[in-house]
Amino acid sequence: MDSARRITQPSAAGTYAPPSRNARRIAIIGLHCLLIAGGILALFPVFVMVTASFKSLAEVLRVPPAWLPEQLTLKNFREVFRQQPLYARYFLNSAIVALITVGSVLFTSSLAGYALSKFRFRGRNAIFIFILGTMMIPFEIRMVPLYVMVSDWHLTDTYLGLALPGLVGAFGIFLMRQFIASIPGDLMDAARIDGASEPGIFFRIVLPLSKPALSALAIFTLVGSWEAFLWPLLIVNSETMRTLPIGLALFAGRYLQRLDLQMAASVLTVLPMVIVFFVLQRRFVEGLTLTGLKG
Amino acid sequence: MRLPAKNRHSLNRKQTIWAYVFLAPSLLFFAVFVIYPTIRSFQYSLFDWPLGVPQKTFVGLENYRRLLTDDPVFMTSVWNTVRFTVGTTVPTLVIALLLAMALNHPQLKLRGLFRTVYFLPFVLSLVAVGFVWRWMLEPTFGPVNAVFRIFGIQGPGWLASQTWALPGVMLMSIWRDTGFYMVIFLAGLQTIPSAFHEAAMIDGASAWHRFWKVTLPLLNPTIVFASVIAVINGLQLYTAVYVMTGKSGIYGGPLNSTRSVVLQIVETAFRSLNMGYASAAVFLLFLAILGLSLLQIRILDRPFEY
Repeated sequence: MDSARRITQPSAAGTYAPPSRNARRIAIIGLHCLLIAGGILALFPVFVMVTASFKSLAEVLRVPPAWLPEQLTLKNFREVFRQQPLYARYFLNSAIVALITVGSVLFTSSLAGYALSKFRFRGRNAIFIFILGTMMIPFEIRMVPLYVMVSDWHLTDTYLGLALPGLVGAFGIFLMRQFIASIPGDLMDAARIDGASEPGIFFRIVLPLSKPALSALAIFTLVGSWEAFLWPLLIVNSETMRTLPIGLALFAGRYLQRLDLQMAASVLTVLPMVIVFFVLQRRFVEGLTLTGLKG
Repeated sequence: MRLPAKNRHSLNRKQTIWAYVFLAPSLLFFAVFVIYPTIRSFQYSLFDWPLGVPQKTFVGLENYRRLLTDDPVFMTSVWNTVRFTVGTTVPTLVIALLLAMALNHPQLKLRGLFRTVYFLPFVLSLVAVGFVWRWMLEPTFGPVNAVFRIFGIQGPGWLASQTWALPGVMLMSIWRDTGFYMVIFLAGLQTIPSAFHEAAMIDGASAWHRFWKVTLPLLNPTIVFASVIAVINGLQLYTAVYVMTGKSGIYGGPLNSTRSVVLQIVETAFRSLNMGYASAAVFLLFLAILGLSLLQIRILDRPFEY
């Protein structure tokens, strides 16, 4: 809970100690200037994308560029939906695939993480090392055989087929194991003595206490699923089953000269994750803190 | 809360059963959708197998031999991928570390705002920002060269030029990923107990000295973690090239100057439909990822006792 705030609070780590007070003040001002300049660089492409999405094509192509649009018009956004009426469907497709993936990853990771941290049984370490080992296998290795399997099972152009390779993740299991290990085992033992069933303990004690890790994992999985590109590109044939990144890539590829429409479509595509980011910003950073340390 | 010995024994057996019940969905998934495909992939790599043709011909290591000695396009893709990985990992991690240290400065104002601004690019869809950069790098009317022109500099041809296309993709990549590694480094910096810096300061160590002797060694686990992830991601370069260089169905141009290993693998498998040959290339990629990860851990990871 407090890890995000810790970052925003001054800590003594990394303190500089220049000789005089004046020199120190100049150094601090210089630091702020550098960070502002870097921030402008970081935001420049975003600025260019957003302003262009409101401009006419002629204005986008003007040399030297007109940085701000002459008048704000939503024409480009309407035109995107007119040229590709399925664009709304792509949002829905991406959302459904993300929902399936996040649900499955949270459920399987917390179950496995619980078993690996709170149960003593033969083969526990071997299984944990095996699961960690699968992290080293890049997706491209599984790509061709998975493609063959999914085709054989007639799962191309289905939500299940799209979500399939990401339904369980070693990273999630690792994260949940580390987190659940820090929950006192007495809580579970007490419930056991009171006659609670094992699934009951998992659902009523372990899951509620794992909320911080679960929400961090949910965000990572959501972003990962939303960004997935190669796999959907391979197994989606029908126009209606495209996810958002595929829809955007094919749309923009078809209208390569229409930068106004490209930028409007790009703004539409980034919007959902930007909203998620601003709403859940603290959990984003907390999540990275949770994983970065133990890597 | 000790239980009688007999109960403990049956409890242990019950625990084992429940543990395996809880692990079952994950283990089943890994067996069917990770291990099995990996073995299949290796098997494919030993065959000449055009997709759609029922019979495969066993060719042993011939696919590997051809890739390594007799395939200039594959070698070009390897060279591009190496250049991309080195050229993005090093600047990204160095800038990210400097930013993290700046943001960790106790007298910094607006810390939260800076963090948000620098992290924002990472949240944006890669496909979307790929198209944004594709336009930004347009030689004549793109905003990047427009900014150069303000300073009287004639910008390069970027994605239209064989020399500058890959650096263009690298630029986009560095811009997008730096914030992510910055947050990872910030988290790492928070774990360094302030007592070490205070002690060093009392001993009269300069800021420069403290950076090399205190911050860097104590941040080492985070640095190893970040650089392993960055290299793995770099070697898997695909989407950025697909989006930024695609033109009438041809990707990785101009003249293969941005062709990456994964792009080459995908096209071999799904365009030339040569599954066996593609699988062999994928295994070489796997070995590279494995080897480089272990190498980085060996070289970078120095146990530091405190």
